[in-house]
Amino acid sequence: MGDVIFGLIAIIIGIAASYGLYWLLNFLFSLLPQKILKKIQWAAFLLPALVLVTLVLLVPIGQTFIWSFMDDRVKEFVGFENYVTLFTDPNFISVLINNFLWILVVPAITVAIGTAVATLTNQVGPTREKIFKSLIFMPMSISFVAAATIWSLTYAYVPPGRPEVGALNSIVNMFGIESQPWLTMDQGRLNSFLLMAVLVWLQVGYSMVIISAAIKAVPEETLEAARIDGANAWQVFARIILPQVWGSIMAVFVTVLILVMKIFDVVLAMTGGNFNTSVLALEWYRVFFESSDIGPASAIVIVLFVLIVPLMYVQIRTVKQQEELR
Amino acid sequence: MNKLKRISAKLNLPSTIALLILVIIWSVPTLGLLITSLRRRSDAEVSPWWDALINPLGTVWSADAYQKSLESGMLDAVVNTFAVTIPATILPLMIAANAAYAFTFLQFKGKEIYFAVMVGLMVVPLQAALIPVLRGMVWFQREFDIQLTGTYASAWIVHSAFAMPLAIYIIRNYMLTIPTSLIEAARIDGASYYKIFWSLVLPLSMPAIASFAIFQFLWVWNDYLIAFIFVGQTSPVLTYELLKLLGQYGQGWQDVAAGAFISLVVPLLVFFGLQRYFVRGLTAGSVK
Repeated sequence: MGDVIFGLIAIIIGIAASYGLYWLLNFLFSLLPQKILKKIQWAAFLLPALVLVTLVLLVPIGQTFIWSFMDDRVKEFVGFENYVTLFTDPNFISVLINNFLWILVVPAITVAIGTAVATLTNQVGPTREKIFKSLIFMPMSISFVAAATIWSLTYAYVPPGRPEVGALNSIVNMFGIESQPWLTMDQGRLNSFLLMAVLVWLQVGYSMVIISAAIKAVPEETLEAARIDGANAWQVFARIILPQVWGSIMAVFVTVLILVMKIFDVVLAMTGGNFNTSVLALEWYRVFFESSDIGPASAIVIVLFVLIVPLMYVQIRTVKQQEELR
Repeated sequence: MNKLKRISAKLNLPSTIALLILVIIWSVPTLGLLITSLRRRSDAEVSPWWDALINPLGTVWSADAYQKSLESGMLDAVVNTFAVTIPATILPLMIAANAAYAFTFLQFKGKEIYFAVMVGLMVVPLQAALIPVLRGMVWFQREFDIQLTGTYASAWIVHSAFAMPLAIYIIRNYMLTIPTSLIEAARIDGASYYKIFWSLVLPLSMPAIASFAIFQFLWVWNDYLIAFIFVGQTSPVLTYELLKLLGQYGQGWQDVAAGAFISLVVPLLVFFGLQRYFVRGLTAGSVK
C-alpha cells in the first residue's frame, strides 16, 4: 500500500513540475522588454525539448562516438583498436551476418503479409474485417519479452522420455519427425529464423493497419474503370492498387527495417544470444553489462549507428518531400 | 449452381478462409499461454495445453499460478510499472506539444535545422546514447548528491527524451492543420502566445496528443531496456520480472505464463478499449 501511495505522489509531483516549468519560463520571459521578447519568444516553448534532446541524445551520442576509440575504462585513446578487434573476431562477424539476415528477411515478409491481410480484409465486409484485423493487430500491444514468452512455450522442447508439451514439436511429431531443441539448432541459422518469426508476428499488425488505410484511400473510380476494361482481380491489385499504395508500403518497410536493426529484447529473452543467435544490440548489452567494457561496447553501437545513417538520410528526405507538398 | 457461386462470392469464401488461417496462426500461441497459465503444474508438465482445450470439463482449472506470481513480486511490479509509465507518458507529451507549437506557429532562426535534427533523431538507436547518459547520471549524483539512477525520475527523463523526436513530429503535423488565421486573430485580441497555447492550440490538438499518448503508454509499459538500466532491481517493472521468470521455466510453464498474462492485462485493455485512436495515431505517424 505504501508503494502505491509513494508511486501516486511521485506521479503527481512529476506532472505538476512539468506544468510549473512552462509557467515559470513564460513568466520569466514576460519580464523581458517587448523588443527582445518578440525575438526569443519561441525559446519559452522549445527550450525544454532542446535541452532534453541535447543532454540525453545529442551529447551522449557524440560521447559514445569518442568512447568507441578508447579503452575498457575510457581512460586512454586506443585508436581503431576496438574496431579492429571487432572485425577480426569471427563471433562478431557471425553477429553481423545475423543482423543482415534479420534485415533481409523480416521487413520484406512483414510487409508482404501485411499487404495480403490488408487486401483480403478489404474484401470480406465490415464485421469480419473488424474481427480479423483486431486479432492480427493484437500482438502490437504485447511487449517483446511477453512475445518471447509466448513463443518460447510454442517452441518448447522436452527431453525424450517425457510427455511433449511444445506446439511446434507436436506438429513435427505428427509427420513422424522426432522432437527437436529448436532454439539451440544453428544449422542454416534455423534458430535465428525462428526468432525472426516472433518479430514478424509482432509487426504484421502495424504493417496491415498502414497499408489498409492506404488501400481504402484508393479512388473507387480507378478500380471501376479497370474492371470495366476487363481486368481480373489480380490485375486490379497489381496494376491499380499496388502502384497507388507503394509509398505506404515503402514507409512501413523502412519503419520495420529500423526496428529490426535495433532488435534486442526478443533475442535476449529467448536465447540470451547463445547458439549463434546474437545481434548487434545484444552484443552491446552483453559487453557493457557483463564485462563493463565501455570502449568496445561503444564501438559496437557505432557500427550499428553507421548502418542506420543511410536510413536517417531517407527519413529526412521523405519528410522534406512531404513538407513541400503541403 | 449459379446461385451457389453467387452466395460464395458474397461471402468471399476464399478470402475468409485465407484470413481465418492467418488469424489462427496469429492467436493460437497467445491462447496457448493463457490456457497454460490456468493449469496446475502437475498437469502442465505431463500434457500439452491443447489437451485442456479439447477436454475443458475433464481439466482442473486453477488460478494458483496467478496467486503465486502476484505474491512473489508481480503485484509490486504492476505498481512500479504504472509509476514509471504514467509520468513517462505525460511528461514527453507536454514537452513535445510545447515544442511542436513553437515549430508550427513561431518564427525563428535555424528552425529548419532544428527540425531536420529532430527528424534524423527519430531513427537513431537509443543504445547509442545510453552508456553516457548512465555515466552522466552517476556523475551528477556524486557532484550534487541527488539520487537519480534507480529512481523512477531517471526513467521518466530518458523515456521523455527518446520520445521527443517522434512526438514533436506527429503533434506538429497535426498542428499544421490548425489555420494560422485563428492564432493571428487571438494575437490581435491581445492574447499572449502562452495563453494561445493553453486555451486554443492544446485543446485543438487533443486528437493527435491522445493517440500519441496511447502509443507512448504502450511503448513505455512494454519497454525492458530503459527500465532495466535506470530503475533496475530497486523497483523492478513487469518486463524485468517476466524475464526473470522466463529464466526459471524449469519450475513449470504455468508460472511464467501467469506472469506474462499479468503483464499483458493493461496493454490489452488499453489496446481493445482505444484501438480506434491507436490506429489513428499510427496512420498519422507514418511517413508516407
